[in-house]
Amino acid sequence: MKGYEIIDHTADIGIKVYGKDLKELFQCAAEALFEIICDLSEVADSIEKGVTLEGDDLEQLMVVWLGELLYLHETERILFKRFEIKELENNSLSATVYGEEFREGHHTIRTVVKAVTYHQIQVEQKDGGWVSRVIFDL
Amino acid sequence: MNEEVTIDIKRIDDYRWRIPRVGKMKTDGIVYADKKMLEDIKKDKSLQQVANVAWLPGIVGCSLAMPDIHWGYGFPIGGVAAFDINRGIVSPGGVGYDINCGVRLMRSGLSRNDIEDKIDDLVDALFVNIPSGVGSQRKDLKLNAENERNVLLRGAKWAVDQGYGTQEDIEYIEDRGCILNADPQFISKRARERGRNQLGTLGSGNHFVEIGFVSDIYDHDLARALGIYEEQVTVIVHTGSRGLGHQVCDDYIKVMLRASGKYGIDLPDRQLCCAPVESKEGKEYLAAMACAANYAFANRQIITHWVRKTLEHVLKLGPKDLQLDLIYDVCHNIAKIEEYRIDGKKKRLCVHRKGATRAFPPDHPDIPRAYRALGQPVLIPGDMGRYSYLLVGTEKAIEETFGSTCHGAGRVMSRSRAMKLAKGRDIVRELKDKGITVRSASRSTIAEEISDAYKDVSDVVEVVHNAGISKKVAKLKPMGVIKG
Repeated sequence: MKGYEIIDHTADIGIKVYGKDLKELFQCAAEALFEIICDLSEVADSIEKGVTLEGDDLEQLMVVWLGELLYLHETERILFKRFEIKELENNSLSATVYGEEFREGHHTIRTVVKAVTYHQIQVEQKDGGWVSRVIFDL
Repeated sequence: MNEEVTIDIKRIDDYRWRIPRVGKMKTDGIVYADKKMLEDIKKDKSLQQVANVAWLPGIVGCSLAMPDIHWGYGFPIGGVAAFDINRGIVSPGGVGYDINCGVRLMRSGLSRNDIEDKIDDLVDALFVNIPSGVGSQRKDLKLNAENERNVLLRGAKWAVDQGYGTQEDIEYIEDRGCILNADPQFISKRARERGRNQLGTLGSGNHFVEIGFVSDIYDHDLARALGIYEEQVTVIVHTGSRGLGHQVCDDYIKVMLRASGKYGIDLPDRQLCCAPVESKEGKEYLAAMACAANYAFANRQIITHWVRKTLEHVLKLGPKDLQLDLIYDVCHNIAKIEEYRIDGKKKRLCVHRKGATRAFPPDHPDIPRAYRALGQPVLIPGDMGRYSYLLVGTEKAIEETFGSTCHGAGRVMSRSRAMKLAKGRDIVRELKDKGITVRSASRSTIAEEISDAYKDVSDVVEVVHNAGISKKVAKLKPMGVIKG
């Protein structure tokens, strides 16, 4: 099973993500993050970026991964829509991510996400697949 | 989300409720609320979070929650907790991502009817002059490394030296706009990068600049002493340390996750990760947090300057006629080292206020000389469609809440529920019909921030006033608002 659902919080927002393997799980989580931020149907994948990261464990890797994308989004004003996870093992990850620079009037921003939190963070194997929960600070 | 745990809560009086110490809690929790609000508070997991904070080492007194408490990550929003600086901890999660998010209130020499017919022009001009929304940057203010270092070290003082505002402004900012133990060497390159072109910008979400007027006065003597009168035009600025603060929090949560293990701190939630105040990690976080706090002070100071310039330009007035003077600027996401008398002895404590405001009483040495007889002014902003309050701090706040009070209305509804409720409605029009002009970089912000999504701030303020931890002075109503 692949996909995600939104967890509705009073002050913030979270996602619950599913993937058949870890690569799919991390890819899906990134898609969910940018679906929260903008309408991805308006976004092209003309810019390409390489990302290499590591964490102390899978949960931290998830926070660091989404945090890295958020950092690139904020400092380089890129909206990301496609995520190719090349490698993911031993709590480290390398990926190529694709998106487009934000243009006023062309792209619709839904929500500004400030940060990826560790609050109730979860990355777990379940029913032959993987599931993750992440809460964002808005 | 959480495992279902029922929190036992007992009435102390009409405005105070106790969460008795159980399990690994080191102390009780105390929640300031009335009976009706408590029912709402019980609907999310924020009471569990009050109990979780009571687990942390070296906590002094109780784990406290103000009436605008709502679900946060780790610590609840509206939480206050003090820790012994020798035995206790400091936690980035107890400050939050938006370090020194805060509000400042200005009074003016104008009356409501002087600007009523110009409010649309004023809001449009503010919207153009103060960048807001996603990735907002100031094109006329890009910091080089040296300037940024000075911002981090000197806060609002740097801004005033650059011509943004006056020396007198400094007097009316919490900590005089500069926390002294700031050390930029503990700020990551990434945090600097995020901060470099965001100074002087509002950001998003609930941040705003609001032009309003004094609608009600509750304490005429205090109001007079604060230069406040009915129908007077006021301005509120609500923003924080932008991406720089978020990055500092993020960086130090990573540090603290390791530190918690290193110092053997038992955590009910990873987001509560922390280190002893006096440890290397604790000291470095406090030095980095002070940098972010100073950045936020400079940010509000620069925005104030642009607000003044904008009003002068649109109203064709000079600064002397406008008289847009600062009443006070308070932080509501911060950790401070402060001194309190505990069991008869003076103790230095690390007081975390996450969505809570300092509210020092009359005669306190840390408040401006001009306010020594009055108490520290506290501004409690409500939602954009209702009203805000000006209060002052009291002695009781020192006795009970480490000199703290509430910070705002507090959400009662998630953003997506608010969006659903706003669907098909023209919120801008509805507000306009109530006499409030609103502009935002994002349509969804306006929908997410509808009044229905928040507690009525007057309920929150009634609780802190009746409990005696601050005192009502005046109520302010919005006329024009720009939102992030």
